[in-house]
Amino acid sequence: MLKDITLGQYYPADSAVHRLDPRTKILLTVLFIVAVFMVHTLAGYAIILGFVYLASRLSNVPFKLLMRGVKPLRFIIVLTFLLNLFFSTGETMLISWGFLKISAEGLTQAIHYSLRLVFLVVGTSLLTLTTAPVVLCDGLEVLLSPLKKVHFPAHELAMIMTIALRFIPTLLEETDKIMKAQTARGADFETGNPIQRAKAMVPLLVPLFVSAFRRAGDLAMAMESRCYHGGENRTRLRVLKMTKADFIAILIVLGLIGVIVLEGVLLGGVLL
Amino acid sequence: MNDRTQILVDHVSYSYDGGETIVLDDVSLDIKAGEFVAVLGHNGCGKSTLAKLLNGLYVPTKGSVHVCGMDTADDDLVLPIRQRAGMIFQNPDNQIVASIVKEDVAFGLENLGIPTEEMLPRIESALNSVGMIQFADSAPHLLSGGQKQRVAIAGIIAMQPNIIIADESTSMLDPTGRKDVLDTVKMLNRQKGITVVWITHFMEEAAQADRIVVMNEGKIVANGTPGDVFHDVEKMRAIHLDVPHMADLSHRLRKAGMPLPESILTVDEMAKEVAALLCPSK
Repeated sequence: MLKDITLGQYYPADSAVHRLDPRTKILLTVLFIVAVFMVHTLAGYAIILGFVYLASRLSNVPFKLLMRGVKPLRFIIVLTFLLNLFFSTGETMLISWGFLKISAEGLTQAIHYSLRLVFLVVGTSLLTLTTAPVVLCDGLEVLLSPLKKVHFPAHELAMIMTIALRFIPTLLEETDKIMKAQTARGADFETGNPIQRAKAMVPLLVPLFVSAFRRAGDLAMAMESRCYHGGENRTRLRVLKMTKADFIAILIVLGLIGVIVLEGVLLGGVLL
Repeated sequence: MNDRTQILVDHVSYSYDGGETIVLDDVSLDIKAGEFVAVLGHNGCGKSTLAKLLNGLYVPTKGSVHVCGMDTADDDLVLPIRQRAGMIFQNPDNQIVASIVKEDVAFGLENLGIPTEEMLPRIESALNSVGMIQFADSAPHLLSGGQKQRVAIAGIIAMQPNIIIADESTSMLDPTGRKDVLDTVKMLNRQKGITVVWITHFMEEAAQADRIVVMNEGKIVANGTPGDVFHDVEKMRAIHLDVPHMADLSHRLRKAGMPLPESILTVDEMAKEVAALLCPSK
């Protein structure tokens, strides 16, 4: 049953976006977030939405699948909306009903913040949908490597993530096995109140942790015996390479920011 | 020590917790280039510790280990030693680092700083030599145990080693996987002349080696050809090791008065000898 869980949310396909260098895609995501935060009019959000739609067409990721990424965060988004709606101070009151006050400014702010959240999620989903997790790790390693000068463990971090990704299926399989073994001995994971169910997890988690530590010890030894000695003088099988497409993609997203700024000046007046 | 000696274990003792638990007690052993040596023994006899001493994962408490003439106690030689003496472990899952087979084979090469353009041909030929090339782009967790072990062997072969140390590498496999892995290593030993140190507790596997080293309680108690070692059935029994069924049977038959040779290890040999005995005319 646990095998059904999909790993990350990578959507394997061949597209111009999939082929982009992971570093470019991380940078694009950051630029996209900047663009989203510069939007101050509803028309601006329409532009962003149009851009997201085009990006999803270009990457062969179904638009619906992309938007589905918002679903797990719907409570946070609704909460953000409500908090901003009721607790922002503003001049023009729309509704004043006991202690509940809704101002026009509050309403605008609520719409802004929740739309921003939606697009933040969509933007980052597009990154993870079109980039295999391992490739993403590689990209992060290279992007973070300048920080090695201040002793930031960029290589180690990427290695940890790569190994974590490698062991997720193994540990899931093991969890499944332990669950079956404990169920056979009368353990009950399905019924009871939340506290009882949490307690029922103990006989699952203890062996799982013990085994994970044993695996870690074994793996460390296996890595050492294959000459692993940290990131120094290490070459890579997969070499990241920027191509023309990467520069074009960056230009497009910079263009998006330009359009947003222009639109803000023309329609929304002063930027906040 | 002559010039063909590749691994020299010289009066080595090893203990954990500062001398409290002695795991190896004054062990000496030399292994020649191209040899297939099986190390046989019960759980806790020190055979796994011996394996880990052979590529510098452990350093002897007393004595010295030389691999291709290099002292494993020398910190500067750790990488060249490990490149020459590759090791495959017991648990197939816990030695695969990457999520794609060919990237896992590349792991050792990346660590050695091999240029990227040299990597692919080396990976391909390594995967070819263990018969796993068709899985180059697969995810390791979808492979069987025996296939994972063959990927691990490919990861070692890509580093172009002189020696493969297998530390109970078949003990977690099913019979088919076990045979596949042993056959792969035997083939590499014959075709590429790679020295093999095969740590095991399976008699049938040890019987296929050129030489068997039997360990008990941290000491080497027997060292010789499979025929020699299994011939001494009582001694093997005394250290709770079984001999292969056919060696046991021929021992009993000899005791009962049948003039069988001492070197019988397999069913085929037994059948031949018994047939010869029953119908001397043929």
